[in-house]
Amino acid sequence: MKFSEQWLREWVNPNIGSQELMDQITMAGLEVDGFEAVAGEFTGVVVGEVVSVAPHPDADKLRVCQVSNGEQTVQVVCGAPNVRDGLKVPFAEVGAVLPGNFKIKKAKLRGQPSEGMLCSESELGLSDNHDGLMELPEDAPVGQPVADYLKLNDITIDVDLTPNRSDCLSIKGLAREVGVLNSLVTNAPSIEPVEAVHSEVPDIRVEAPEGCPRYLGRVLRNVNLQAETPLWMQEKLRRSGIRSIDAAVDVTNYVMLELGQPMHAFDRDEIKGGIVVRMAGAGEKLVLLDGQEVELTPETLVIADHEKPVAIAGVMGGEHSGVSEKTRDLVLESAYFDPITLAGKARHYGLHTDASHRFERGVDYELARDAMERATRLLMAIVGGEPGEIVEVASKDHLPKARVIDLREQRLADVLGLKIDRTTVEEILSRLGLHIDKLLKDGWRISVPSFRPDISIEEDLIEEVGRIFGYNNLPVTEPTGSLGLWAREEAVRPLSAVRNFFVAQGYQEAVTYSFVDPKVQQLVDPEREGIALANPISADLSVMRTTLWSGLLKTVAYNQNRQQPRIRLFETGLRFVQGADGISQQPMLAGVVVGNQNPENWVNGRRTTDFFDVKGELESLFRLLGIEINFIASQHPALHPGQTAELLRDGEHVGWLGALHPQVQKNLELNGTILMFELFLNSIVVGYVPNFKDISKFPEVRRDLAIIIGSDVAFAQVEHVARKHAGEHLTALRVFDVYEGESLGEGNRSLALSLFWQHPERTLNEDEVHSLFNGVIDALKEELGATLRS
Amino acid sequence: MENLEQLVQDGLNAVEKADNLQALDQIRVEYLGKKGVITQQAKTLGKLSAEERPAAGQKINEAKGQVEQAINARRADLEKAAIEARLAAESIDVTLPGRGQDLGGLHPVTRTLQRIEEIFARAGYSVEQGPEIEDDYHNFEALNIPGHHPARAMHDTFYFNPGTLLRTHTSPVQIRTMEAGKPPFRMICPGRVYRCDSDMTHTPMFHQVEGLLVEKNVSFADLKSTVEEFLRVFFERDLKVRFRPSYFPFTEPSAEVDIEWGREPDGSIKWLEVMGCGMVHPKVFDYCGIDSEEYRGFAFGLGVERLAMLRYGVKDLRMFFENDLRFLRQFR
Repeated sequence: MKFSEQWLREWVNPNIGSQELMDQITMAGLEVDGFEAVAGEFTGVVVGEVVSVAPHPDADKLRVCQVSNGEQTVQVVCGAPNVRDGLKVPFAEVGAVLPGNFKIKKAKLRGQPSEGMLCSESELGLSDNHDGLMELPEDAPVGQPVADYLKLNDITIDVDLTPNRSDCLSIKGLAREVGVLNSLVTNAPSIEPVEAVHSEVPDIRVEAPEGCPRYLGRVLRNVNLQAETPLWMQEKLRRSGIRSIDAAVDVTNYVMLELGQPMHAFDRDEIKGGIVVRMAGAGEKLVLLDGQEVELTPETLVIADHEKPVAIAGVMGGEHSGVSEKTRDLVLESAYFDPITLAGKARHYGLHTDASHRFERGVDYELARDAMERATRLLMAIVGGEPGEIVEVASKDHLPKARVIDLREQRLADVLGLKIDRTTVEEILSRLGLHIDKLLKDGWRISVPSFRPDISIEEDLIEEVGRIFGYNNLPVTEPTGSLGLWAREEAVRPLSAVRNFFVAQGYQEAVTYSFVDPKVQQLVDPEREGIALANPISADLSVMRTTLWSGLLKTVAYNQNRQQPRIRLFETGLRFVQGADGISQQPMLAGVVVGNQNPENWVNGRRTTDFFDVKGELESLFRLLGIEINFIASQHPALHPGQTAELLRDGEHVGWLGALHPQVQKNLELNGTILMFELFLNSIVVGYVPNFKDISKFPEVRRDLAIIIGSDVAFAQVEHVARKHAGEHLTALRVFDVYEGESLGEGNRSLALSLFWQHPERTLNEDEVHSLFNGVIDALKEELGATLRS
Repeated sequence: MENLEQLVQDGLNAVEKADNLQALDQIRVEYLGKKGVITQQAKTLGKLSAEERPAAGQKINEAKGQVEQAINARRADLEKAAIEARLAAESIDVTLPGRGQDLGGLHPVTRTLQRIEEIFARAGYSVEQGPEIEDDYHNFEALNIPGHHPARAMHDTFYFNPGTLLRTHTSPVQIRTMEAGKPPFRMICPGRVYRCDSDMTHTPMFHQVEGLLVEKNVSFADLKSTVEEFLRVFFERDLKVRFRPSYFPFTEPSAEVDIEWGREPDGSIKWLEVMGCGMVHPKVFDYCGIDSEEYRGFAFGLGVERLAMLRYGVKDLRMFFENDLRFLRQFR
């Protein structure tokens, strides 16, 4: 909410500067977002009177004016269309400095001397209006500095109110707060009932009392809406960010700003039969004041006449029933609309108005009558007219209930951490308008006023006391509590250990969006459909990722486009998969690698990372986590069919490792061989607790063999067969050479293996080892068709 | 015996000339070996009288010693020269860069999260996780934000359907943790959160850490110390902290927390908002089945990127999610 500091100070004027005032209200919970001067910085501008206007001899659009500053008359050449005899205008004399350090000097315009300048609002930094000269009232004192006349020594303060503080959406409410903070009484304008001079009353029927528990109407006849809103009111509105329209709209806006009650004025002649407050009928339409036609939903509370809706209650009036210059008789509306009924309605129609903002947050439900009287009197002072009686339709059952809350002294002290003395508490409560009904043995019984809909429980009162007392005046004490210990599973490696492992392997951690481009996801995980957002921020962030690869591959593209050839990235986070029995949100660990295995160096730094580099890194990770993982040749739609491994732990799928399929790579416009992996975190973080076994004192025996075997026989099969026949004392089996060459024959390769045996309790003798070794060789020959390489 | 002196002189000359260990060893054999020329001199002793023998024997021993010493000295020299030659041959340019894997790094958000977790873990806070696709009940309803509440509009929620959404804050983890356990609670919940908003200062995804402490006797004053100490520990500075009354539907009283961050042009303290906090609203306790007369609690929430930006001087929030390697590498 924007307001003029001067206006606030008319209500309550603490002896502190502007900055201190703003700090004070910020610290009371009404956060000041900013402030700005109500006019540009200028000097030397006075109220001038145009004495005469003559055409310019050499320019059609310019006029030669004689302008008086009260003491002397000078010639000024002016191009504004609205310059005329007798007009009072802001007059920048020679020597004046206008906003933007624009100095006014003697000049000649098309040969005619000009001593000074007549100003528009925009030239003084008052508004953007540069349609013509700013017209001052006829009674403006000629010669008086304009800054004094318009009281421009003022700022517009923008306060960003939290949704609970609807009571501060008015000068009255803000003044109340400032009054409490400075222990000052506020000067409210006295509001006296306006006496009716005729008997015409509006016919009001409220058919939806739950949405409109109170509705007041009054007829004001024979008004002159050509009468101009006085400058002081226009200025207050302008400084509150509201443009002057006409007297009727200006006054209702003024009262809304001053007291917090949104109001509306209808043209009586356009209200057919009477006013009906009801829910909209299906399919009903209304052209609003802003010109747009809306189709009303049945959840919308409307103000209607006997034929059609004329306004969306508490949001915006209709164009047809609005007042115009020709309007002679008005119906004024002042009502209390229920916040829950109005919630979200304005937004539904793409609107957000000053009225809907207030009604949604809760207007003082006892304010409507005062506001009506205040508006009537202000309006009559401008447009004249004959007031009628106020008609009020209210439903006690639907109005908010009076709230009485007990505040316990002990509870107050317990929550705030400080015992505040009773007098201070009582002083704070009563200045806030929270009426102390009764002193209780252990506290107070409080009646909450109608303007504080946010206060409904004891804690709300505690906050009020704490807030006004000052949060920063409350003590600072360290919490005390139980010092119990937390369970900590040793076999579970923390995620930080996994992350640090990858960092040590040269991986950079990425954090990518959880929603991704469906086109990318379709390429990397074509078999699953990502869960779609109903209201995505953009098409390329519109479905939830089913694999972390979607985001990581986009990150690869981003970096490749920025001259980064060597990329090693990993990410941890949830993937989202729609299952038959709901959405599963699974923590994943994924990585992508492309470019040289090591940073380019002077020895062998240009070797591109291949499958086995990344596999080796994962094997190290699994050793770190204390788990056994099997890599099985497999197929994945996003991966190279010849370089894909499915990872299994105890036969259960835990993830994938492979090279990105060249076709997918091309579609994603990526360069190089991209290795990628993705693992289910929960399947790999539980390892084991070490269990010591005696170290054998006896020597280890090594035997090497080289076999020639079909290239289609996986090493895993070789290993399996060898281990099966190597006996229980085999301690290790390593492959130390893999060779393919013409000499071996088409479709063959040679594998060189070393086997290690060790017995825990004795030295293995030569015959035993020999027989095991031969058993292995025989099995490889028989089961896999291997031959010994000589 | 005159011959002996000549032999010694010859031996010394030979030793002097030996230019490798092999040659030196030959000289040793030639002069001092069993059949060496000096050793052989001892056979002449038999021809001498008993009186002359000791002196002559001593002379022979001295001669042996003289040559042996020379050989040893020469050997030491030759060995030293050999090592030096080897060292010279094996010298490398140690200023050439080392080989091997480069070091990667943690994302600055993770780095910041880990720091926050560590700070609170040391004070006995557990780290809790929750789903990111949430239901309306846990994200709003149980946090005292009913359907019509104006605060909902501030949340810019991503929806899948009317009851299912992306969590807008980490607060629902509080609810889930309290539902599942029994007080007291001392926990933080770090994680990704989502708001349908994207511009210079907003990304549709960001990270929060929510903290909760529920005990029988805890007050706003305790909250103040926890928040103040956290900020000072995190920034490693004795900065000024202030609490501004604010509003969150799930806390009452509520506050926003500002820290001193430099000076305004006019010399006054420049305050920056960094956190929100408050005492757990009794209705939230009701939803979780906790008696708000028996237990009280405080909760706080902070934006991780915001703290990371302040801590590391990052100017543009969006950089966190571009994952530009040139950005990421600065945080390892």
